Amino acid sequence: MELQAVLMAAGGGSRMTDLIYNTPKPLLPVGNKPLMWYPLNLLERVGFEEVIVITTKEVQKMMSSDPKMKLDVKMKLDVVCIQEDGDMGTADALRHIQQKIKSDVLVVSCDLITDVALHEVVDLFRAHNATLAMLMSKAHEFTETVPGQKGKKKTAEQRDFVGVDPSGKRLLFMANEADLEDGLSIRKSIIKKHPRMHIKTGLVDAHLYCLKKEVVDFLAENKSISSIRGELVPYLVRKQFSKTANRQKMKDESEDQTQKKNDDSTNQELLIASRDESLLQLAQERSCWNDHHGDMSEAYHGGKLRCYVHILDQGLCYRVNTLAAYIEANRLAPKLFEEPAVHPSAVISEKCQMGSDSMIGALCQIADKTSIKRSTIGNSTTVKEKVKVTNSIVMHGVTIEEG
Amino acid sequence: MADSGGTDEHDKKDDVERSKSEGKELTKEEKQRLRKEKKQQKKHKEKKDDKASQESGKENKSASSAAAAPQLPTQTVKVVKRLPEHIQVDNPEVLKKLAKKLERQQTPVHGATIKIPLRSDYGYKVSLFSHLHQYSRKAPLTQQLSIPSTVIHPAVVRLGLQYSQGIVAGSNARSVALLHAFKQVIRDYTTPPNEELSRDLVNKLKPYISFLNQCRPLSASMGNAIKFVKKEISNIPTQCKEEEAKSKILNCIEWYINDKIILAAKAIAASAIEKISDEDVILVYGCSSLVNHILFEAFEKRRKFRVIVVDSRPRLEGREALRRLVQRGISCTYVLISAVSYILPEVSKVFLGAHALLANGYVMSRVGTSQIALVAKAFNVPVLVCCETYKFCERVQTDSFVSNELDDPDDLIVTRKGKTHLENWQEVPSLGLLNLVYDVTPPDFVDLVITELGMIPCTSVPVVLRVKNVDQ
Repeated sequence: MELQAVLMAAGGGSRMTDLIYNTPKPLLPVGNKPLMWYPLNLLERVGFEEVIVITTKEVQKMMSSDPKMKLDVKMKLDVVCIQEDGDMGTADALRHIQQKIKSDVLVVSCDLITDVALHEVVDLFRAHNATLAMLMSKAHEFTETVPGQKGKKKTAEQRDFVGVDPSGKRLLFMANEADLEDGLSIRKSIIKKHPRMHIKTGLVDAHLYCLKKEVVDFLAENKSISSIRGELVPYLVRKQFSKTANRQKMKDESEDQTQKKNDDSTNQELLIASRDESLLQLAQERSCWNDHHGDMSEAYHGGKLRCYVHILDQGLCYRVNTLAAYIEANRLAPKLFEEPAVHPSAVISEKCQMGSDSMIGALCQIADKTSIKRSTIGNSTTVKEKVKVTNSIVMHGVTIEEG
Repeated sequence: MADSGGTDEHDKKDDVERSKSEGKELTKEEKQRLRKEKKQQKKHKEKKDDKASQESGKENKSASSAAAAPQLPTQTVKVVKRLPEHIQVDNPEVLKKLAKKLERQQTPVHGATIKIPLRSDYGYKVSLFSHLHQYSRKAPLTQQLSIPSTVIHPAVVRLGLQYSQGIVAGSNARSVALLHAFKQVIRDYTTPPNEELSRDLVNKLKPYISFLNQCRPLSASMGNAIKFVKKEISNIPTQCKEEEAKSKILNCIEWYINDKIILAAKAIAASAIEKISDEDVILVYGCSSLVNHILFEAFEKRRKFRVIVVDSRPRLEGREALRRLVQRGISCTYVLISAVSYILPEVSKVFLGAHALLANGYVMSRVGTSQIALVAKAFNVPVLVCCETYKFCERVQTDSFVSNELDDPDDLIVTRKGKTHLENWQEVPSLGLLNLVYDVTPPDFVDLVITELGMIPCTSVPVVLRVKNVDQ
């Protein structure tokens, strides 16, 4: 098997506490579908047949009772429950399921809504035999005003600095502004190998990662890494250029095993376990291809650990982890799939004015003289007469009285 | 005999020629055979022929049906000349046949059969080359495949991607990478119940080969390697256990790589070094792994020479050759192909690599090679072609139009000072971008071919082929 999909659905939703009050984040309705339906749908469309879902017991119970999940998702979902403390980071969760991981992993977060052509990310992973391939997208300014917030929040402290090479595919540098105290410092070895680097700050990490199996094994050894995004990815990006990574240590396997327990910076990631490493070497030697020109080193500068990123220019890519993102997603999610805006089982009376941006869920009853503009109405809601619903998201099972 | 359309006249001529060459007076049988062939050809044109379409999918096999191998008059061999379908892209019937063939090569997965996707052509093709495929690098075949690829083994998908993106380029590299992927496929293979390994494994490999062919047309060396692997697999005795059979095949593959590529390179280097004398100025073109190897070996043996690397757009492979030579300490000069007649008076020898050697002595190599050979001939500079015997091919070609490879035309577009003039080339109706990959050099321009069997003149290639066929 080539890739195993892992869906991280145990997240807290710390930035949208008001919404999380009743429903856990993975089951928040967006466009009348639970939030985690979107990444699952993406995986299903692309051809995955099995997904490992890491979530909490509460979510699992709600999932099994939700008809939408059962009907629409045809893949086999292997649900793994973890405790709700919130202490477990994404990397900890991966470590938890290390036994189940038998091949390379595709980690997706439950709050990702996107229509990216997934083969672009996976092709980078396959073609260059990369250790990490991730997806990022240009950040969109949220146009909707968030109720309860005056003015736009300045998110200057949360900027991510991402350095890529001129082709825009190879990931050279990644740091969060919070981690950089004095300024941005880049090692000389990186500049020597990649004299031209584009540093971008306006990118949104889609939290979609392709990781090699060796990385999961490495995580099992190193219990200090708890978050994929916060710690593992910057670590891997830094490790591309570390001195030990570039030395050919293929034949020193026996030495490595004794050093494994002591050595934090393990050499495990180098051993891209292929039994015919020598053949691959031969093929690369004979091939007249190089990924860079102008210096004396061979392809990839001889580095075995490589990180790649696919930056999405156009297309939808949202991470629903703030209120503003949630509202925006509700507005745009219907465009992702071709279902009609009005569910066929909804009962809508004739004198109702409905804008084209609105979505009506199943089994709704909309009475006369109502106007619904740019809103999403959940399933089984009742809207009585003379009601104006504008720019809102109405959850499931709500009754809106007259007036 | 050149590859040509299957007209009756040609058949008659060839038959007559053959009977003349065999020197036998079997005119009656000859006439009978001609009549039979006419009937068979008519039948072939009407019905769909599985075997023929599969044969035509392999370049070598289709030509070998009309090949130089001597045919006994008592055998009623079908002399049906079929054009391989990869050079009949402008014929919609052939395309339909190809699509159907890909459908037929389905691999049954979980009870459902999923077919290998068909890659579509891109952009306007220059009319002289409209019979060839032209793909775009931005539309990889993996777009149409499911992501955890279950239909095609992941090693083969990776290989196909690496071929189409040019990460693995060069005849030897492609063959080695192909055999490496096959080794992984064979390791992961389990014989289904009620099937024989020798037959089932060959059937398993067929869709993978079609997939790779779609990613990038197979080279002659790859074709020969595939033939070898298939032969080895079919020769496995039925009573052999699976583990034993698999390890046998893996060993054969390792032997093939070691013998035909690594040792051959050593042997060729040993004989080529005799041809390099001190104070030589050697001209090389592009990046040939074999020629580079020879130069490295010669430098180790302390020959004093300098190298002129000639390069051409859009691939600019010479930069890589230049880097490798300079890294070893060899003094080099770098020119573009437009300056070759300027630099040639300084040159004492020309070393060229080959992609394949054809049965009539023509050398198929990177586009631009024939030009260099021509100019070298004009300046009376000896041209030496270095080629391993596993790249010898039974095909016959006299020009570069009939069978070639069209690369992505967008590679020709270059951005200088922020301006890309050819950006909208598709909108200009009278403009076509042509990016050829190979060309053929006639044997009159080549003075010597250095193989591991020795140094032979170009016209002895069919002899080597014949000897190889007899051996096998």
